[in-house]
Amino acid sequence: MGKERISGSEALLRSLINEGVDTIFGYPGGSIMPVFDALYDYKDKFRNVLVRHEQGAVHAAQGYARSSGKVGLCIVTSGPGATNTLTGISDAMLDSTPVVVIAGQVSTAVLGTDAFQEIDFVGITQPITKWSYQIRRPEDIPWAVARAFYIAGTGRPGPVVLDFNKDAQVAMFDYEPATVDSVRSYIPYPAPSSAAIEEAARLINEAERPFLLAGQGVELGEAHEELKALVEKAGIPVARTMMALSALPSDHPHCVGMLGMHGNYGPNVNTNKCDLLIAVGMRFSDRVTGRISEYARQAKIIHIDIDHAEINKNVTVDLPIVGDCKEVLPMLTELVRPAEHREWIESFRKYNSIEHERVIAKAINPGEGPILMGEVARKVSEATGNSAILVTDVGQNQLMSARYFKFTQPHSILTSGGLGTMGYGLPAAIGAKIAMPERTVCLFTGDGGFQMNIQELGTIMEQGAAVKMILLNNNYLGNVRQWQEMFFNHRYSWTPMHNPDYNLIASGYGIASRLVVERSELDDAIREMLETPAPFLLHVAVQEEANVMPMTPPGAPVDEMIFE
Amino acid sequence: MEKKLFTIIIYTENIAGMLNQVTAEFTRRMMNIDTITASSSSVEGVHRYTISLWGEEDSVQKVTKRIAKKVDVLKADYYTDSEIFFQEVALYKLSTPKMLEKSSISRIIRHNNARVIEVNANYSVVEVTGQTDTIMALYDEFVAQDCVLQFVKSGRVAVPRASQAALGELLFDEDYKRKAVK
Repeated sequence: MGKERISGSEALLRSLINEGVDTIFGYPGGSIMPVFDALYDYKDKFRNVLVRHEQGAVHAAQGYARSSGKVGLCIVTSGPGATNTLTGISDAMLDSTPVVVIAGQVSTAVLGTDAFQEIDFVGITQPITKWSYQIRRPEDIPWAVARAFYIAGTGRPGPVVLDFNKDAQVAMFDYEPATVDSVRSYIPYPAPSSAAIEEAARLINEAERPFLLAGQGVELGEAHEELKALVEKAGIPVARTMMALSALPSDHPHCVGMLGMHGNYGPNVNTNKCDLLIAVGMRFSDRVTGRISEYARQAKIIHIDIDHAEINKNVTVDLPIVGDCKEVLPMLTELVRPAEHREWIESFRKYNSIEHERVIAKAINPGEGPILMGEVARKVSEATGNSAILVTDVGQNQLMSARYFKFTQPHSILTSGGLGTMGYGLPAAIGAKIAMPERTVCLFTGDGGFQMNIQELGTIMEQGAAVKMILLNNNYLGNVRQWQEMFFNHRYSWTPMHNPDYNLIASGYGIASRLVVERSELDDAIREMLETPAPFLLHVAVQEEANVMPMTPPGAPVDEMIFE
Repeated sequence: MEKKLFTIIIYTENIAGMLNQVTAEFTRRMMNIDTITASSSSVEGVHRYTISLWGEEDSVQKVTKRIAKKVDVLKADYYTDSEIFFQEVALYKLSTPKMLEKSSISRIIRHNNARVIEVNANYSVVEVTGQTDTIMALYDEFVAQDCVLQFVKSGRVAVPRASQAALGELLFDEDYKRKAVK
């Protein structure tokens, strides 16, 4: 291909086009102005979503990536523009989300002089990225962009930072496109050991009470069908982590619920009763394991993960299989014998019916009293035919919507699992709606987290992104208040929230909204929200001092859940 | 778990910022690096880090795995002292007048197979290669003679005992990332 003499900024845009990028979550500023200037001529090639804060840009790119399986892209300026992305980058690192953040940087000549809006962005981001690189010469642009997208999107995905010096943005050079499809020091898809897979099949065939834990790796690896095939053939019950709620449909006969501190009773209790635990693409987070010394001691553990460093990190396993679950699961399915384990699967139902009686029935059908979060989540889910993308913020809104939403399609749960970032929800929902305009995107947020990135209502307004925002308002930082009630002797230290008029705020942004206080209005309000072809804020006044139950108290064994 | 001295040998691409990426994994756990030596390896473009530290095997293994998985890291392994050959180099800057005054100092140098690499009227520089104990014992002997002006000791360099293929073959073996850590 012939060379063309163009600027570094234009080369960046050409390189992005080569990576299939058509959407940018960006915010201009001094050190990235040449790129935005070039973008002005490429308006027909890119949709730039002008966010209202750079943290929103990263979360929106995360929502875009997680809902679509593509790599999300942000372009921001140096200094504060760059540092504002750090929370989102950290979130993407912990939740393995493929995003590329391109930040402007001061000119090479003044690096290290504390120039205006100069910050050591590569140095800051090295511990929280898969790769962080400074582009100092225009000749490096095609290669660096190709490498960034390759690294972000392959293997265990994660965030990549490109720190783009201003002189490289303006310099003219002979542009030649580049592709990167391997890096010699990086093995994104390690070949699984067939001996280990044979051994795993033997363990599964011999097990009487096998139990599979599905993590986000299943969703990231697009292994939904492969998972289904294995568990249906071998009769294995499946629990999903919160990150992987849509890895298997909620109503699948082998699906026995959600793991975790506020997960379902059956899977948590049976973790300590199974004789074989098969963990797929999950990382034994402390929110899943409870007290680690009493976690599944009785069971043999098989851990299937694409990341070697996850093996024996939190839980010592009997049989690791390092590989891509999309590759490993079919190899296992091939070798396992058909089985049903009917009684074993039934034992989950038995525990779950205890939970149903003690918690769920009251949560989704309280009959009287203030509206509860759980009933709102279940009603919204059902009103969408359980086909919506659920985006949550962090806290009680997250736990309750995760518990009571139902899933029928892959890539339908977007939540900040690892970092637990309040403020994640609203921008992530925008990103999801932009990536998947044909799907219904329901954001569940609280009065605390909603205000942490509330400025992104401006992005919704400008983009007309038809996000359905369900604000569960309890006038508290609810999850912290719950812990204060349970573990800090009811001392509500700075958790009551003095709230603004959210409906008035919505109307300031031209966003339709409705406030629901009475249960009798809830169904109609949900119908109105879903029928409105535009963004909508459903502001629900929910019971103020309600707790998410059941719960494995912090530090307690996984099977010691409490109900009140 | 018991703390032991471990040596971690790391091969990376030779790029700016790599040392920061490697040491960040220790910082995060507040693990204190005892010695660190970084230089080019026998393969062009590949850098080699030798890091020694006291730690529990479990955390040393985890930190080594985290380093091994970094995109620009080719290989990372950890070893105990019985699994490697290792040496350090030390320089002792001694007072020449003191050396002339006490003949015992020259005897100490000879007995320890140390090399004198500089002598002038003011000071002499003595070099020794060995393990930490030897180097520190020699230092103590010089201190007893009251002749030390300055003393410096390098971090360790090490090669594994286990017979292995040539480094180039080892680094670019398709499976090395999975095999990287015991």
